[in-house]
Amino acid sequence: MSDAGKGKVPALEISNLNVFFGHGESRFQAVKNVSFVLPEGASFGLVGESGSGKSTVLRAITGLVRDWSGTIKVAGSTLGERRETAFYRQVQMVFQDPYASLHPRHTVDRILSEPLRLHRIGDIDRRVLQALDDVGLPRAFRFRYPHQLSGGQRQRVAVARALMLEPRILLLDEPTSALDVSVQAEILNLLTDLRARRGLTYLMVSHDLAVVAHMCEQIAVMRLGEVVEVMGVEQMRQATPEDAYTQELLRASLGYDRDFFSAHMEE
Amino acid sequence: MMRAPDTQITRPGLRAWLNSDAPASRFQARMIQLYLGWLKLRGNPLALIGFLIIVALVLMAIFAPWLATAEPSAQDLGQRLLPPGSAGHLLGTDELGRDIWSRIVYGSRITLMIVTLVAVTAPVFGLLVGTLAGYIGGWVDEVLMRVTDIFLAFPKLILALAFVAALGAGIENAILAISLTAWPPYARIARAETLTIRNADYIAAISLQGAGALHIITRHVWPMCLSSLIVRVTLDMAGIILTAAGLGFLGLGAQPPMPEWGAMISAGRKFVLDQWWVATMPGLAIFTVSLGFNLLGDGLRDILDPKKSKS
Repeated sequence: MSDAGKGKVPALEISNLNVFFGHGESRFQAVKNVSFVLPEGASFGLVGESGSGKSTVLRAITGLVRDWSGTIKVAGSTLGERRETAFYRQVQMVFQDPYASLHPRHTVDRILSEPLRLHRIGDIDRRVLQALDDVGLPRAFRFRYPHQLSGGQRQRVAVARALMLEPRILLLDEPTSALDVSVQAEILNLLTDLRARRGLTYLMVSHDLAVVAHMCEQIAVMRLGEVVEVMGVEQMRQATPEDAYTQELLRASLGYDRDFFSAHMEE
Repeated sequence: MMRAPDTQITRPGLRAWLNSDAPASRFQARMIQLYLGWLKLRGNPLALIGFLIIVALVLMAIFAPWLATAEPSAQDLGQRLLPPGSAGHLLGTDELGRDIWSRIVYGSRITLMIVTLVAVTAPVFGLLVGTLAGYIGGWVDEVLMRVTDIFLAFPKLILALAFVAALGAGIENAILAISLTAWPPYARIARAETLTIRNADYIAAISLQGAGALHIITRHVWPMCLSSLIVRVTLDMAGIILTAAGLGFLGLGAQPPMPEWGAMISAGRKFVLDQWWVATMPGLAIFTVSLGFNLLGDGLRDILDPKKSKS
């Protein structure tokens, strides 16, 4: 995948990203000097424990967090203080919790057609139906309200919404962590499918290493706001990371390990 | 071709159309929501009573000329202060021989006008101020909320009195004064709701679609504030009617020939011991309508509160 991207302009390039929260005395640096590059069509995973700043990176890219420094380049052009309309047609995001990311008083139809109206894109009826087909939702769901849908169906609507503007890059903020295990696989397969069909570039945040291993080719491990290691998915599968923290994280992802814990308890 | 079975409005067909879990159009989706609300209202007897009282008030105002037995301001000094049940005067007559029933019927128009005008001005203004303050934040929030605090610092009736005294007595000025004093609580509610909504993921999602602040406030924040605001307005209606009646009672609202309920009580005050019905009948009317609005408001809270209906 990275071979194909060679020589081309990378889809997303982040260098020396710092993100801050709060003001004055209580100003807190949530992300420290994070840099990585996503070639066109790549799938990149950001993993780490909660509070490691991985979601904050996504929020800085989308402009939801204002207080950041460093350089973010989308398809070669550097992003400024404010996001322009064109940015939203290149980069879209799927949120973690499908119960919170859909407006409770809007029908599926309205949720999907609103981005089209905002960007003055015509042919709304056809595009909405097409979007429902693309994410595997029956057309009969078009005029339902979110509370009439299950968690997995809601997340499909959220994915469809993110794809309405036909972006090149999709930011995935733990898109399955709020779902049942059985539904998780469905959504992950849908995302894999869509990427293959449309040649999308994914930046995925997760604390679930199995999910990331399934979805991504490259993985960055974050801890306390810093990237401690970047590795290929093969390296992770073989559990041969160089960084000590990464080793611990991999170990923890295997579940409860009696020997590991008793060894640590004695220390 | 799929619409064909939907368009016939037979009774079972209509019910099936309203119970469909796969609405075929925006209109049907909206009608289903309304129908579900109606079912909930019907399941709450007290709220239904309140609703029926308000419907009766509206019907009374519309059909006043047919319901009234006499002209509301026709005087007949030979028939002064007749007790209720006298021939031709269901609820008796007042000190100028005017038929009290007819005056109450026509008075419903004034009450309804006050209620409607206040309901379409004060909450809308409050909603605008509150959502702007809550969504934009910063110094906009500070300025708007301090102004709101200034208005909230005065008792409602006193502030309304001051406005009417400055603007001049009359029903229009009374409505204006009531609206001016009624909006701050709505601004407060709207702001509080906005603060909880503005960090929600669905607001982040729509701003990621490239929507501007105004679009987000009117299309995404307002619908979420609306239900709690409607409940509050309905519950406040009783207070608004009472304030209007109070202003009328003090001679600052509706002026004498108008059959306004508060002014009628005020006029009947002089005979309250000997001819009790002159003040009591309009008082009962005010009581009934206020009760109706309160019952409906309580019911609407159960129906519209999104936090409750989730469970």
